[in-house]
Amino acid sequence: MTSIRHFPATHPLPDWRNFGVMLRILLGINALALLAALAQSPDLAGWLGRYVELAAVVEPWLLLCLGLLALLRDALWRLPLRTGQAVVLLLTGGLAFGLYGYWQSLAVGDAGSVWRAALLALAAAGIMLAYFELRSRAFFPAQAEARLAALNARIRPHFLFNSLNAVLALIRARPQQAEEALESLSDLFRAAMRDPAELVSLADEIALSKQYLELEKLRLGERLAVDWQIGAVSLDLPIPPLMLQPLLENAVYHGIEPAPAGGTVRVSIEQRGAELAIAIANPTAGQLQHAAGNQMAVLNIRERLALYYDLEARLEIEAGDHHYEVRIILPCRQKSR
Amino acid sequence: MPPEKPLKILIVDDEPLARERLRVMLGDIAIQLATEVVGEAGNGLEALTFLRQYPVDVVLADIRMPGMDGIELAGHLGSFEKSPAVIFTTAYDNYAVQAFDLNALDYLLKPVRTQRLLTALQKIPGGPPPDAALLSTIGREVRGTGRTHLSCHERGRLLLVPVSEVLYFKADLKYVTARTAEREYLLDEALTHLESEFAERFIRLHRAVLVAKSALAGFEKAAGDDAEAYGWALLRGVPEKLPVSRRLWAPAKALVTEARLL
Repeated sequence: MTSIRHFPATHPLPDWRNFGVMLRILLGINALALLAALAQSPDLAGWLGRYVELAAVVEPWLLLCLGLLALLRDALWRLPLRTGQAVVLLLTGGLAFGLYGYWQSLAVGDAGSVWRAALLALAAAGIMLAYFELRSRAFFPAQAEARLAALNARIRPHFLFNSLNAVLALIRARPQQAEEALESLSDLFRAAMRDPAELVSLADEIALSKQYLELEKLRLGERLAVDWQIGAVSLDLPIPPLMLQPLLENAVYHGIEPAPAGGTVRVSIEQRGAELAIAIANPTAGQLQHAAGNQMAVLNIRERLALYYDLEARLEIEAGDHHYEVRIILPCRQKSR
Repeated sequence: MPPEKPLKILIVDDEPLARERLRVMLGDIAIQLATEVVGEAGNGLEALTFLRQYPVDVVLADIRMPGMDGIELAGHLGSFEKSPAVIFTTAYDNYAVQAFDLNALDYLLKPVRTQRLLTALQKIPGGPPPDAALLSTIGREVRGTGRTHLSCHERGRLLLVPVSEVLYFKADLKYVTARTAEREYLLDEALTHLESEFAERFIRLHRAVLVAKSALAGFEKAAGDDAEAYGWALLRGVPEKLPVSRRLWAPAKALVTEARLL
């Protein structure tokens, strides 16, 4: 079972293949290089020039280190934490030693000591490792899970009571339909009460969303139309639970219910390269969809995306006069660690 | 006990199943209380159209409905000659429920219990309907915007003026008139109430004038010492000019310039 316990922010040795981690390392090391340049240059005017000189040495080393660590990621994770960190330090220090020595032999670069270069590289790598360890503590799984549980989208009471009312109306006249509706309702609640840290398959989330929409159709009748556009996606892709349903609930509540004639909710799911793109669009009856309830659901999903995927997922909103659309882009990870 | 005339009821809810449920329940309590469902409506506007032809004793109205909601419907009913009693129904609406409790208005929570429905119908107040100003305040709190329509009486008939079609309101000695592209309507409203209720849509130009922001086309300065106005506002769609007071000249002009830049 894939779970948030396996997500990048939660291991003291970072996932070097994660985009967010790479970005942080690149920015971190360059910030350190900027500081070093400031320490070395006698005045502010020479600072930038010194940094450019330093960068010429630092950048190749940095990229080489990142590439190597990404390759060795799984092997490093198998080691005990301290050993793993020591190996990373040795690797980065050693690389700096070797690279710098090689440049000296070609007589390019400044004529500094090879040992000094290696020590500086060690220090920089040490600082980054300490940062990632601290960060993983801040994102300790238990904490991340508690946060997720608090964030986990709740089903609107408005929807629950109206659905129950509809079921009550069905019981005498159409008992079979009433049974189906209650079954769907219990599935929906089971999903809402599930451990939010466990991922679900895309197919399950779609099935749940369809059940939810059936319940809404029971209430709204022909006013609610739904247009599903599911492209060529692998349906067993793991995604965080309740990504789709709360957004559909918003679309119905803000887009369809206020319109006397109803409207169409459009859902599209497609795979673009290594990304999964989900879009949910609804018409708006001239009024803007900035009600507090809607904002909350969207912010909630945005925060959950950050907890699951760090910087690799995003949520975009397009709000026009008559059209409202939410798009979620997530990385397709068949099995994240 | 002498047989009483059955209570005439109109059920207003946008969900067909919710209407069906109420109808069935009214059948269940028929032994205790005779009722007759004379009609159903999907929102406030449909209900008003129905009620103009077929008077009823009680309206069971859902609070949240598209087009015109139950609270606004109740407000318009208050201006009927013989206004029916209104019992609100709602599935879940924190604001509405709090406001209703505060002001002792009756409501039923959905799913409605049979006994509760019976009690509510048995103790229908015979007195005057709830105050229109109170309903407009509650409605504004609940839906976050003003009413969708204003009511106007003409020769004993109730006309509904969509707020979205009003170009300006003008206060005379006794009345407030609303101007649409077609004609004028006399309203029983106070300009200050209209100003605060529709603050997003209308802006004040003068002690006695509110104009729809979207209707403003331009301005011209008054010639010489015009006692009545500092300047005049030109409107889209209608030939007349509206007076602008000295104090409101600058903000109104800024608004039009801003809109042009957008």
